[in-house]
Amino acid sequence: MSLPALLIYSFLYLYPSIQNLLYSFTRWDGVTKPQYIGFRNFTYMLSNDVLFRKILGNNIKFTLFVVIFQTAFSLIFAIFLAKNSKGNIFFRTLFFFPTILSSVSVGLMWTFLYNPNYGFLNAAFKAIGLDNLAVNWLGDSRYSLLAVAITQVWFHTGQMVVIYVAGLQQIPQELYEAAEVDGATRWQQFKSVTWPMALPTTAVVVAYTTIQSFRAFDLIYSMTQGGPLNSSDLLVTNIFNLAFVGYKFGYAAAQTIFLVIMILLITWLQRRTLKIDYGVKS
Amino acid sequence: MIFNFSRRLLLSIFAIAVIIPTSIVVLGTFKSDFEIYSKPLALPKSFSFNNLKALFDTGNISTPFKNSVIVSIGSVFFTLLFATLAAYAISRMFNITGKVLFFLFSLGLAIPGQVNIVPIYTLFVKLHLTNSLIGLILVNIALNLPLSIFILTAFLKDLPKEMFEVASIDGAGHWRVYRSIALPLARPAVGATAIFLFVICWNDLLYPLMLINEQSKKTLPLTLIDFRGEFATSYSMLFTAIMVASVPMVVMYLFMQKQFQSGLTAGAVKG
Repeated sequence: MSLPALLIYSFLYLYPSIQNLLYSFTRWDGVTKPQYIGFRNFTYMLSNDVLFRKILGNNIKFTLFVVIFQTAFSLIFAIFLAKNSKGNIFFRTLFFFPTILSSVSVGLMWTFLYNPNYGFLNAAFKAIGLDNLAVNWLGDSRYSLLAVAITQVWFHTGQMVVIYVAGLQQIPQELYEAAEVDGATRWQQFKSVTWPMALPTTAVVVAYTTIQSFRAFDLIYSMTQGGPLNSSDLLVTNIFNLAFVGYKFGYAAAQTIFLVIMILLITWLQRRTLKIDYGVKS
Repeated sequence: MIFNFSRRLLLSIFAIAVIIPTSIVVLGTFKSDFEIYSKPLALPKSFSFNNLKALFDTGNISTPFKNSVIVSIGSVFFTLLFATLAAYAISRMFNITGKVLFFLFSLGLAIPGQVNIVPIYTLFVKLHLTNSLIGLILVNIALNLPLSIFILTAFLKDLPKEMFEVASIDGAGHWRVYRSIALPLARPAVGATAIFLFVICWNDLLYPLMLINEQSKKTLPLTLIDFRGEFATSYSMLFTAIMVASVPMVVMYLFMQKQFQSGLTAGAVKG
């Protein structure tokens, strides 16, 4: 009964994954025969490729920004909205709304907001006297990565709020009651009840946000296409360009191998530091 | 006091941050470019559907819309069919085969599907599956099977075994048990999976971008990207196109908020 799934999966997932690994040891333009070159793609990538280093740096900055702000915002909002009152459900529904939109729609929408000439954001900044915040968000290599990261946080915070609310609702109410009897302040309650009890959820949120931020191809592509001057390029967009603009199929494959190893390493590290196996919970 | 004040303040700020861009797009579909640039948040002079009409006349958005519907429904249907079959088989197999199968599919959770763009592209060129909606459906099925199987298997394994055993004793074969017991019982999980699959397939850009370049086979996200170039200065057209592309999701979300929220987070929590 699992035959159809197994066939498609093996043929279009496992087999390409293995092929990808093999390609990563070749120089290949996608047309002529791949040429085996051993570990040269990897040594070049890690020691000589200045662009790769820049983009890896971008990706790390992007991921850190998104993980920190998205996790913090969603935890704060989830604490505010944990009870199932009508108003809270309304806010959760509203905050979650961007999640159902496509990255392309969100990207294009924000391209308008960020537009330096007639965009809404700069007009608003100027209206409240913050003229020096009215910069060319997407067109200036100093701000483009930040601009895209802000959009990503806007895009997915609501989704994380829903995950956090589910986690917070699992915390036994008695713990809060006991804390209150002991005269604990709200901050003390957060520190000794909410935060430790919500750690498993935090692990899920952080891991998922990290992976999402490594997959943000659609958003980058629709907002900046990695520009200007690769200032908002991430590993995925660079891999796409290497393969389909530069026809460096072998090198692109090598970078995907790097990406996979990095994602696995990060998720493993996060699981270890947060000390939870959340496969069991849900 | 301070808590309630900051609660209200922060919630309002984020609510406004969601409402403003959305309103600009929705209102923009009724406005001229000049109105959008000068007063993005003002109500339109008149609620006319001129943009929409112009978009369908010149922008040709009906073909991409149709393609997106075909690809999304096809992908969701076949992914669910194959995934429920596999999940049922895995959850009823208590021997080594079941474990091996489960392990194989779990590998797909560790390797993000996006990394296989090079081999998938070359394979599809060889098989003449580029510029084909069926090709897109096949990719979607393969990419989404691991997570779907993972979620459905977890759900089926949690069901009481007795329900299946009783049916087996009564002489029902595997097909019968799958159809009349497993599937109906798994409806919440199937529904949640269907929603997240639908959202993923409807919104995907990467694989269409890579596999499709014929105008007649383009999906909505791909067409939106084209519009950005075409209507570089015409946000009224762009916003109208965004509306057309988002309306099916938004309408479904309005009617099934709970299911969307649990469906789209199930992927995160289980994965």
